[in-house]
Amino acid sequence: MHRAVRRSTAKEELQPIAPSKLAIEEVSKTFQSASGTVLALDRVSLNVAEGEFVCLVGASGCGKTTLLNIIAGLEKPDSGSVLADGKPVIGPGRERLVMFQEPALFPWLTVFGNVLFPLKLKPNLTHKDRRDVAKYYLELVGLSRFERANIHELSGGMKQRVSLARALAPNPRVLLMDEPFAALDALTREQLYGDIQEIWKARRKTIVFVTHNVREAACLGDRVLLFAPHPGRIKEEFTVKLPRPRDINSVDLAAHATRITKALKDLGRADDAATK
Amino acid sequence: MKRFLLAAAFFAVLVLLWDAAFRAKIWSPVLLPSPWQVATYLKGVAVDGTLAKATLITMRRLLLGYFIGLVVGLPLGLLTARWKLFRDTIGTMALGLQTLPSVCWVPLALLWFGQAEAAMLFVVVMGTLWSVIIATETGVRNVPPIYPRAALTMGSKRLHIWLTVILPAALPFIVSGMKQGWAFAWRSLMAAEIFVTILTGFGLGQLLHYGRELNAMEQVIGIMVVIIVIGLLADKIFFSPIEKFLHRRWGTSQA
Repeated sequence: MHRAVRRSTAKEELQPIAPSKLAIEEVSKTFQSASGTVLALDRVSLNVAEGEFVCLVGASGCGKTTLLNIIAGLEKPDSGSVLADGKPVIGPGRERLVMFQEPALFPWLTVFGNVLFPLKLKPNLTHKDRRDVAKYYLELVGLSRFERANIHELSGGMKQRVSLARALAPNPRVLLMDEPFAALDALTREQLYGDIQEIWKARRKTIVFVTHNVREAACLGDRVLLFAPHPGRIKEEFTVKLPRPRDINSVDLAAHATRITKALKDLGRADDAATK
Repeated sequence: MKRFLLAAAFFAVLVLLWDAAFRAKIWSPVLLPSPWQVATYLKGVAVDGTLAKATLITMRRLLLGYFIGLVVGLPLGLLTARWKLFRDTIGTMALGLQTLPSVCWVPLALLWFGQAEAAMLFVVVMGTLWSVIIATETGVRNVPPIYPRAALTMGSKRLHIWLTVILPAALPFIVSGMKQGWAFAWRSLMAAEIFVTILTGFGLGQLLHYGRELNAMEQVIGIMVVIIVIGLLADKIFFSPIEKFLHRRWGTSQA
């Protein structure tokens, strides 16, 4: 059988791609720990629309990172399934890229080499196209001047920007972000809130964003899902209908954040009472 | 430049002190020749080709043995890092044998291979192999798991991850293991050459040995100087640039 190999160009590669629809159905996951079996996720179901920005909020250890890893395909659920555009997720893949809390950049590569890394794994691109695409994303995150820099020479915020460029470079349909800004100072974080909203709008991605910062979730998400621990499950859902780009310090946002924080606190008390 | 001058001045002072000790006649000139006697000896062997020939023979043995040690040790190190079975078997063996001073292999090598090149090679390989295995294993096991995880999400698969993520991430450890392996190989070869006379070629160690037999102290010291210089050059030419690169990339320490 003969099939012509079609090369895609850098220009095509840079076209926004249709974002995915995610369907998480009855996902459960247990872990073995020293104190016995822990139910990290208990029949969690969740639908994320194409191009939606969903934030998962909850105390640490409530299973939100586990859910993110399962969506990424890095971990397998004990039961239940994850569908991306109707197809089951069976392993990690560049359709769904993960941005971790630590930048996870490769110290043996330059900034440019790091952004190029996922592109080298994409077939049907010429060397020049890959370089053009990498340059485009470094420009997008405002780090063109640093493409030759070593990773250790960057500040924490710059590292996460490179990490973002690397995650965006292969043009994934879904971006999974696991507390990517938690280790940054407030000022840098505020800049990145602006950046991520702009990029989300320009590149049209489905984003699942895990955080324990309620304000951050209210600022970024179309929807904020409140996670409850022991066992991990989605307890409540908040829709944030504020115009974008949103300012983390705005009063309207504060109202939403207060509402979510209150629910979170009630949850914490309920959990304390349950464990006593 | 300033650093170079300072270093040069330091070594000049050392030679002057040595010369002063010679002139003071504290020790018999048979035991402590003057720097000029040593220099004259070195000039002699350099001119008649003895030195070049011995150096060549020694370097050939060293490089061949070292190369074999690396080629065998690297994959074994990867295996021990990846699978428990290899860690418990080969890993444990490597750990044990690494503590054995490599000169201890000389009697065994002599009995097994006789007075032949194979005996030399064997000793050098034994000197290199174990530290390379252990350094590679340590390096791989110290790779933060987040790197391969990140690579997985970017579409990298098994072999690709090993080649483009785990190996480069372990590079600082592997290089320091290579350096240690080199030092061990060098030491064990010198021990072997001093103990074993073989007919297929006179290396530096053998020249050193015959310096003693002939009571020619200027030869003994001269060859020692040559051995030191070779060690230094290997470091400056081969290992130093690699380490500088690693330091710059990883930002570990500023040399």
